[in-house]
Amino acid sequence: MHLPLNFPSRRTILIGFTAIAVTSCSKPNPSAGALPGTWEEIMAAARGQTVRWNAWAGDPKINAYITWVAEILRSRFDIRLEHLKTDNTASGVTRLIADKTAKRTSEGSIDLMWINGENFAVAKQQGLLFGPFTDRLPNFKLVDTIGKPSTILDFTLPTLGFESPWGMAQITFFYDQARLPNPPRSLEALLAFATKRPGRFTYPAPGDFVGVTFLKQILSELCADKDALKRQVNPTEFPAMTAPLWDYLERLHPNLWRAAQAFPPDYPALMRLLEDQEVDLALAFNPAEGTTGVTAGRLPPTTRAYTLDNGTITNSHFVAIPFNSSAREGALVTANFLLSPEAQARKADPKVWGDPGVLELSRLTPKDRTLFDAILDHPSMPRPEDQARALPEPHPSWHLALSEAWRARFAA
Amino acid sequence: MTRHSGTRWWIAGQLLPLALLLPTGFGLLGVLLPTFGFHPGLNETGFSLQAINALTGDPSFGQAIWTTLISGLGGAFLSVGAAFGFCASIYHTPWFKRLRAPLSAALALPHVSFAVGFAFLLAPSGFLARLISPEISGWQQPPDFLIVGDPWALCLLIGLALKETLFLVLMIISALGQVRADAMVRTAQSYGYGPVRAFMLIIAPQIYRQIRIPISAVIASSVGSIDLALVLGPSAPPTLAVLVLNWFGDFDLELQFQAAAGASTLLLISLVAIGIWDVLERLTGQLGRLWIWSGRRSGWADIAIAAFGQSVAGLSLFASLLSVLVLLIWSFAGQWQWPEALPMSWSLSHWGSSMAAIIKLSVTTIGLACISTLLALILCLIALEARDKGGRSRPQILPLLPLLLPQASFLFGVTILWSALHWDGSVAIVIWTHLLFVGPYIYLSLHGPFQALDPRSALTARTLGKTRWATFLEVKIPLLFRPIVTAAAIGFSVSVTLYLPTLVAGAGRISTLATETLALASGGDRKTLGVIAISLTVLPFLALLASLGLSDFVATRRKGLLI
Repeated sequence: MHLPLNFPSRRTILIGFTAIAVTSCSKPNPSAGALPGTWEEIMAAARGQTVRWNAWAGDPKINAYITWVAEILRSRFDIRLEHLKTDNTASGVTRLIADKTAKRTSEGSIDLMWINGENFAVAKQQGLLFGPFTDRLPNFKLVDTIGKPSTILDFTLPTLGFESPWGMAQITFFYDQARLPNPPRSLEALLAFATKRPGRFTYPAPGDFVGVTFLKQILSELCADKDALKRQVNPTEFPAMTAPLWDYLERLHPNLWRAAQAFPPDYPALMRLLEDQEVDLALAFNPAEGTTGVTAGRLPPTTRAYTLDNGTITNSHFVAIPFNSSAREGALVTANFLLSPEAQARKADPKVWGDPGVLELSRLTPKDRTLFDAILDHPSMPRPEDQARALPEPHPSWHLALSEAWRARFAA
Repeated sequence: MTRHSGTRWWIAGQLLPLALLLPTGFGLLGVLLPTFGFHPGLNETGFSLQAINALTGDPSFGQAIWTTLISGLGGAFLSVGAAFGFCASIYHTPWFKRLRAPLSAALALPHVSFAVGFAFLLAPSGFLARLISPEISGWQQPPDFLIVGDPWALCLLIGLALKETLFLVLMIISALGQVRADAMVRTAQSYGYGPVRAFMLIIAPQIYRQIRIPISAVIASSVGSIDLALVLGPSAPPTLAVLVLNWFGDFDLELQFQAAAGASTLLLISLVAIGIWDVLERLTGQLGRLWIWSGRRSGWADIAIAAFGQSVAGLSLFASLLSVLVLLIWSFAGQWQWPEALPMSWSLSHWGSSMAAIIKLSVTTIGLACISTLLALILCLIALEARDKGGRSRPQILPLLPLLLPQASFLFGVTILWSALHWDGSVAIVIWTHLLFVGPYIYLSLHGPFQALDPRSALTARTLGKTRWATFLEVKIPLLFRPIVTAAAIGFSVSVTLYLPTLVAGAGRISTLATETLALASGGDRKTLGVIAISLTVLPFLALLASLGLSDFVATRRKGLLI
């Protein structure tokens, strides 16, 4: 088993962040006290502020939703929301690290960031985030933290109020029932499917988050010691632990699309391959990906969605406020609005985005609940029992470790 | 008095090189120093070889270098050969003179739009495959052919070659104006040489010397290509420029050093590629000499050269045209699924729903282009005037430097400076960064016409008591009206299409049509992509048309202007 030579050193910044994540909650943020006391005062202070929101912009549906949020914030709260479009959340974290190094503790360039997993882990560990702040948001009370534990446990790390849940994601598979009557529902079946129909399946090249999650999915099922996935990667155990994964991929790759000589760069590109009928099976993190494709006329109405019989990786995505934001109040009002039933229902609508919500519907007023009733059961959505089979995310350190090991093996 | 004015002009003349070299120099330092472990911004002030070790130890490194070199050099080699072959085969025909307009139009097609359109043409589920499926090809589903994004970067190589051929043809046409080609070819033909051979043996060597700088620019930009490489290049692993882009975007601090080392390597590869080119150039020169000594007047080589040049240039024009066509179709497509050759329904809704975004992006794009073009024009004209001694001279190499370096090799470095000054992501910095690329092109395009000015006009004005400044403003600039308009159109087009410079200098905060097109290129909705890419493509065409119209309008009213 070969690992990149720089394996331990590349991870130095990740080492021990669990400990820091736990201890830092007791350390009050020095500037946290500058916030006004009541929510009304926060709303008043937010008026006229410009909130620069660093958010991945690879999906036009999401961009359109953010534009809608901006319109509401402007008309209702007098907040100017600017979408800082990125292709990579990590670049926002890099910017904050540079700010921190340059001791730029105020007037930062980002006020809100879309974040989760390893980006949150690093940002939190490096002290790049403002908080805890979720207890200040009136709508946070509506979040289903029991039924959806990932809303407060981000890739095994407690969020401790430093990020506010925004939506849910679950690895979901999509196919056209007319062309593929019996899709593979287990890893073994997937292997058999690829052998029977060579060239008709692929996954995004790891590095990409869906690609890495596909690796985590396989590892979660095949590795012997599942508890080890909840902990920091142990470099000495890593080769033995991941051996079943590489073995599986070695058997899968010869029958992938383009014989695994090329990979789609991300899940939208993979979904596009499904639209073009270059593949028969695609996967994405958004369960509504198929439905939105059908609604937009890109995918046939016979498109269906499902999860594997043993469950698929599920996580939440969040918004966080950088330590040097110059518009904290505006960012708080924005985060609170994102948790409102109105914003959550619209986000969950497959015609808009189809991103599953984080709220506990029983806590909503009857009127608010009807907002969610309006979202029809679409045949291209996964069934509730599919969505119920959720697997937790491994510890954030697995992301980089798996992605690097994949690169060393398959992209050298 | 005169001496003072001379000094002032000398100082003013340094503004252009200074404006271009300051960021470029800082940018090079900003990647070279971290390559050796020095990065005060990240509290690293020692020197070490760790970054270089990390880079060479990276699993993707070897393959990435290989594909970068192959696609960069191969693309340049194909396009230079094709450009000369094409010109040799048609320069003596009447329609050679009429080529400028279609060539300029094809050249105005942004790289990003070309890449996106070209990828959809070639993909196994793309336009060409749909045209022949399933009836002719028998493909019920798209075949599993590895065409776009092959691991050997051949698709990228061909895309680069097709895109650069037309640029070089246009450069050769400009250079031909400065060589007494007709007379020399007539002499050669009277000795019995065929037209292709006469061109290759007599004209080509003279022209070659004049287009060496554009050729080096083609090599550097091909080696450092990001926009084409992201769409047409390999994915696992990508070319070095794309790897460097990814590494710089990573939050792992050590990757910042590795990225810097990668950027330095990119510079090195570009220099090596230009060095290899130099050797090839000498070899070709020797072969040419042998060819002359052979004394043969015609032969199969003439036909081969002509056929190669015409087919590549023809393909290039054809691919450009088709790329625009498929983007246009997508922008109006309703449902369009494999294997339909045309959309099953048509729709205006993508234009409608994207209109607000298009207007916003266009305003930013046009604003950046206009300001950077205007600044570049002023700086270039002053620089040219300052060096004007009434005789002919070669273009200075310094203002052209940013074109001779791969973009990624210095753009990331200079962000260290901007962020230290808290200027990062500001509009002014984006304009300055655009100036680095707009400036050299405008300088290159104005240099020839400026030199061709009849010195007697200026001399007469000075004799009649006009100051140098007045002569410059009232005599030279009006005389140069048409070249200035053309240069402005070129500068505008360059700015509009800049992807990496806008992305890096704007820190992702400033979106233009080019950055948006690439953001949507890999997986975005093709219909929205079509709408944005067509909007991007339209701008340079409009600039071109405006410049032609303005030139003609003025030409009909004033006589004796330079063309």
